[in-house]
Amino acid sequence: MSIVARNNSHWRKRMSRFGLTGYLFASPWLVGFFLLVAFPMAASLLLSFTEWNGISLSQIRWVGLENYTNALRLDERGDDLVYTALWNTLVYSFVSVPLGLMVALMLAVLLNQSLRGIALFRTVFYMPHVIGGIATIMMWLFVFNPDVGLLNIVIRPFYDALAAVGVLREGASPPAWIYDSAWSKPSLILMAVWGVGGAMLIFLAGLQNVPDQLYEAADIDGAGLWGKFRNVTLPQLTPTIFFNLVMGVIGSFQVFNEAYIMTGGGPDNSTLFFVLYLYRQAFEQFNLGYASALAWILFVIILAFTLVILRSSKVWVYYEGDPA
Amino acid sequence: MSVFATDSVSRDTRRAALRSGLGHAKHARMRRCLWNALMYALLIGLSVIFLFPILWAVVGSVRPLKEVYEFPSLFVDDPQWSNYSKAMNKLPFFRFILNTVVICVASVTGQVLSAAMAGYAFARLKWRGRDVWFIVLLATMMLPLQVLLIPRYIEFKYLGWINTYKPLIVPEWLGGAVFFIFLFRQFFKGVPRGMEEAARIDGASEWQIFWSVFLPNAKPVLMTVGVLSFIGQWKEFMRPLIYLSDFESFPISLGLQMYNTLEGSWINQLLAASVVALSPLVLLFVIAQRFLVKGLLLTGDKG
Repeated sequence: MSIVARNNSHWRKRMSRFGLTGYLFASPWLVGFFLLVAFPMAASLLLSFTEWNGISLSQIRWVGLENYTNALRLDERGDDLVYTALWNTLVYSFVSVPLGLMVALMLAVLLNQSLRGIALFRTVFYMPHVIGGIATIMMWLFVFNPDVGLLNIVIRPFYDALAAVGVLREGASPPAWIYDSAWSKPSLILMAVWGVGGAMLIFLAGLQNVPDQLYEAADIDGAGLWGKFRNVTLPQLTPTIFFNLVMGVIGSFQVFNEAYIMTGGGPDNSTLFFVLYLYRQAFEQFNLGYASALAWILFVIILAFTLVILRSSKVWVYYEGDPA
Repeated sequence: MSVFATDSVSRDTRRAALRSGLGHAKHARMRRCLWNALMYALLIGLSVIFLFPILWAVVGSVRPLKEVYEFPSLFVDDPQWSNYSKAMNKLPFFRFILNTVVICVASVTGQVLSAAMAGYAFARLKWRGRDVWFIVLLATMMLPLQVLLIPRYIEFKYLGWINTYKPLIVPEWLGGAVFFIFLFRQFFKGVPRGMEEAARIDGASEWQIFWSVFLPNAKPVLMTVGVLSFIGQWKEFMRPLIYLSDFESFPISLGLQMYNTLEGSWINQLLAASVVALSPLVLLFVIAQRFLVKGLLLTGDKG
């Protein structure tokens, strides 16, 4: 009896040192991590060295690095569309992320004032980010429509006026937006900037954490509005900028819905983004091995950019208590 | 507090006071009024730009088709509310909505529960390897989901889950979006130690403490995670696109895409369907936005 009791308490002590309760609470996520993240990643890595149409396991064929070399080689046997997709994605990311961050920061500073009704304005700018989805994509389709869309209705009078005074040639028409390969990427970037409310809210949180004394000190030094923004607000916000930058880059590399629904990757593959191409290879052409290799290429690229930003952060991100 | 307005004004006020004379103080007050007017003008202007795509769609949805194509303008003379009933009847619209509600309710319940549990484990419990697992958790937050797209599809296919809602629901019961775990963890970390002591002395189990002490006090985060994951699931497009092929089981995101591909010459009805699909989200957002902003700001940054 007493031995059992001692053993029991011994066991309990060991378990509590191990932290069984903690593991139990975390277990849904842990199970999910193994079944839905770790195992699929390993499987996907293996798959990327094979050729498979996904129908039956007996048809898997090991091809080594062939998928990677086919995707990345530059000669005529390579896949041009990989580079097209990469280029489109990079342009989209490198324009939409900095532009979005600037707009988000500007809005956050504007919304950080104590004005009556400011909460209402916060809602207005945050809402597109939250509700944006397929329904808003449909709405943007109508905004971008070259003939009957909102943008061109607003712009057309200016075009006509400019044509009348001879600045534009007779009969010049406003851009066809998503239906014109030169304007399709800017159109989708415009949409991305519209949904910038998430980053804005995080900036707002960052702004509210800036200590008031710093502004008071700047006041005593006689700093102006711009001086305070430049020398107090911006340095204090660098950790927030860093967070938004990393999340923004990762998010922008995954752009899919807009291209799938609005442009189908066109015109002339000008909005064929990497994930759209990956989707087509995997779920329209059933090249699961090749598509897995594409996914890993995407992963490595995103990782590389994240690491570069992380490395550079030592130079430009200000952390409390830093000697510098 | 306020970065621009009051600080600059208070500086001016102070300077004016130093120079003495009521005239200067009055001057400063006028400047403040002017500044506020300018800010309101700017905010209202920007709001109009931000809201216009949605307003434009609402206007378009009640317009006769002929007018959409022949007289594009910002105003409607004769709103055609029948566009709405016609759009609802063109495809099984309410079926799509019902499907979406089913998916949302089932997955959000799991998301909130599993994220709260994991967040609690990371914030309040000691277990071997916790800190390592936390780094793993943060790393998966940055993992682009596209890497998992194909292997998960194969996994679910071999489980026989294709054309069911399981691929959309089960992952949310297993942690779901890591960001939400992170939100819970940040919140629970901020709860003072004394909170659970009384319950612990009474011999309450860890689960009881979690369930009846911590959860009831976590309303802002529960609301935030609930609403955000509901909205996220409502908008979800890629996963249903990959996993569902039976038209009867489509959620509204795929349903709208069907309207779009059938579109032809009835753009106004596509817009009507979009407006209806969007309205629950707008409603939910407006009701919950006070919680939402607070929940995110409370737990926002500072790891």
